[in-house]
Amino acid sequence: MFSWDTWKEIFETIQKNKLRTFLSGFTVALGILIFVSLFGLGNGLINTFDKFFQEDATNVLYLFPGKTTIPYKGYKSARRIEFENSDLEDIKKNFPMFLEYVTPRITRNKVVKYKNESNSYNVTGVDWGHQFAEKTIIMKGRYLNVEDVANKTKYVVIGRLVEKDLFGNVNALGKFIDIGNSMFKVIGVFQDDGGDREERGIYLPYTTLQLIEKNTDKINQIVTAFKPELGYVGAIAYENSLRKFFKDKKFISPDDQNGFFIRNVADQLNQNQQFARVLQLIVAFVAFGTIIAGIIGISNIMVYVVKERTKELGIRKALGATPNNVIGTILLESVFITTISGFFGMVVGIAILSSLGEKLAEDYFILNPYINTGVAVFATVLLILFGAIAGYVPAQRAARIKPIVALRDQ
Amino acid sequence: MIEIKDLHKSYKMGSNSLHVLKGINFSVEEGELVAIMGSSGSGKSTLLNILGMLDVANSGEYNLDGVPIKNLNETKAAKYRNKFLGFVFQSFNLINYKSALENVALPLYYQRIPRKERLERALKYLEQVGLKEWATHLPSELSGGQKQRVAIARAMASEPKVLLADEPTGALDSVTSYEVMDLIQKINDQGNTILVVTHEDDIAHMCKRIVHLKDGVIVEDKKVKQVRASEYV
Repeated sequence: MFSWDTWKEIFETIQKNKLRTFLSGFTVALGILIFVSLFGLGNGLINTFDKFFQEDATNVLYLFPGKTTIPYKGYKSARRIEFENSDLEDIKKNFPMFLEYVTPRITRNKVVKYKNESNSYNVTGVDWGHQFAEKTIIMKGRYLNVEDVANKTKYVVIGRLVEKDLFGNVNALGKFIDIGNSMFKVIGVFQDDGGDREERGIYLPYTTLQLIEKNTDKINQIVTAFKPELGYVGAIAYENSLRKFFKDKKFISPDDQNGFFIRNVADQLNQNQQFARVLQLIVAFVAFGTIIAGIIGISNIMVYVVKERTKELGIRKALGATPNNVIGTILLESVFITTISGFFGMVVGIAILSSLGEKLAEDYFILNPYINTGVAVFATVLLILFGAIAGYVPAQRAARIKPIVALRDQ
Repeated sequence: MIEIKDLHKSYKMGSNSLHVLKGINFSVEEGELVAIMGSSGSGKSTLLNILGMLDVANSGEYNLDGVPIKNLNETKAAKYRNKFLGFVFQSFNLINYKSALENVALPLYYQRIPRKERLERALKYLEQVGLKEWATHLPSELSGGQKQRVAIARAMASEPKVLLADEPTGALDSVTSYEVMDLIQKINDQGNTILVVTHEDDIAHMCKRIVHLKDGVIVEDKKVKQVRASEYV
């Protein structure tokens, strides 16, 4: 059944029935191509999600001050809440079981000069922990440390693009820059995956910034990270404890939603991961549907092929073809065509996906679409297998049909 | 060569059954050229189909070259057909996407004869029917007479014991019919046993024996003086 002569007979049949070959091959190739593309694009969408949330640390809570809306304990409403240095100390003191680090964030926009170059940048006063919260990557030099904050040193860490703007090709490390008419020494240059805006930033110790601003102890924002091993449940517990503590400390009514705000990245991440999972499910469902449609398509074609060949098969039987010869002829031909075209469709699909890369990232949020080769091969084999099964039923019927009946059919 | 005893065949048509062959007794010796005649509905094609193992009888005995033909499964029937019988049909039944040569070689494919030998033998038979130059042509490029000659070459290629021809001239004009009959007579001259189903008198008289069927029974079985088709060509 699998001799070279059998194959030669099949090649000839395929060659001389181009429309039939094209129809079944095209159906399978298209089915696999669409499956691979859809699945890959879905993965690309999920990639974008992941990347979006990997720019910053995911175990971080942001505390923003607000305005009260309910009078409480003798305080009127519409009171502006402010954070201050003692809040940082309280967090460290009261929540050691949750706390990984805490850092303030005081952002100012200032004109920065070096020699003849000048520009305005966001200058942010931070503690050492801020490096981890923002996933800042040090390219050269170092980040701010505990002693810089304690000693209120006039050191700054500048973004890659700040160095490029002000220094051109000169190494900024160790040079002094003028920020709001004070001189600061550049001790580090960083890069950030968050994009150009973040790489046009400057960090200095928050204590230094407070000293310049008339030795104030006010803070814009508090960023605090919990221990990652606590997970999502720990993050929610930490958020609730912090909310309760600060409502108490700042005399805000327990019912007031606006005294200050907490943005919990873990909570958002959890929601978005759920969204991504649903997305993945939809993509898988649609892709599965494509395969089903492909199977139905190839089944239809097989029924048509057998019908079209009924007379030919009758002639072959009259000339001495056994039922197994007939089934073998039909099945081998169909499996051969579907295998070749299936793998062709798969390879083209994978090639399209890998050629896309980041091209769709900007407009369609699809980043590096890909498909696991195992999944693609599995789908292809599935389609070939079902094509064969779909072909077997009419082939068997054709093999059983009496040649006299097949030949009478003009 | 062929021996038939008390052969019955009926077809079920809904609740009725149509009794087509009502006890046929009949034998054919090696080298005979027999015409089976009868009007339509007389059962002549049914008889030929049973002889060709394309159909099965309800009862009766059938021996072909000493081999009892009964209780055949599909695979065995296919093997016997391939080994014992060659078919020629009214509508030629060539495979339209295969060349004349490949059509002739097809029975040999099912005998598992290697391709090269197969094509050599097929070409030899095409030459015998005078179509060597047309070997690479598709059936659609041949005339009716040429198609039937290819079909005869195909039937002869497997060197069968018996050649069965069902209205071989039914789709041909009279000149072409005589050409085909001439070919059949020549094959018979070489010692091959041939059965021809026809309803045309002149074609029947080109055989050596005429069996007349009417309403499922043999009403006449006589030897005749053969008219050579070459006289008309």
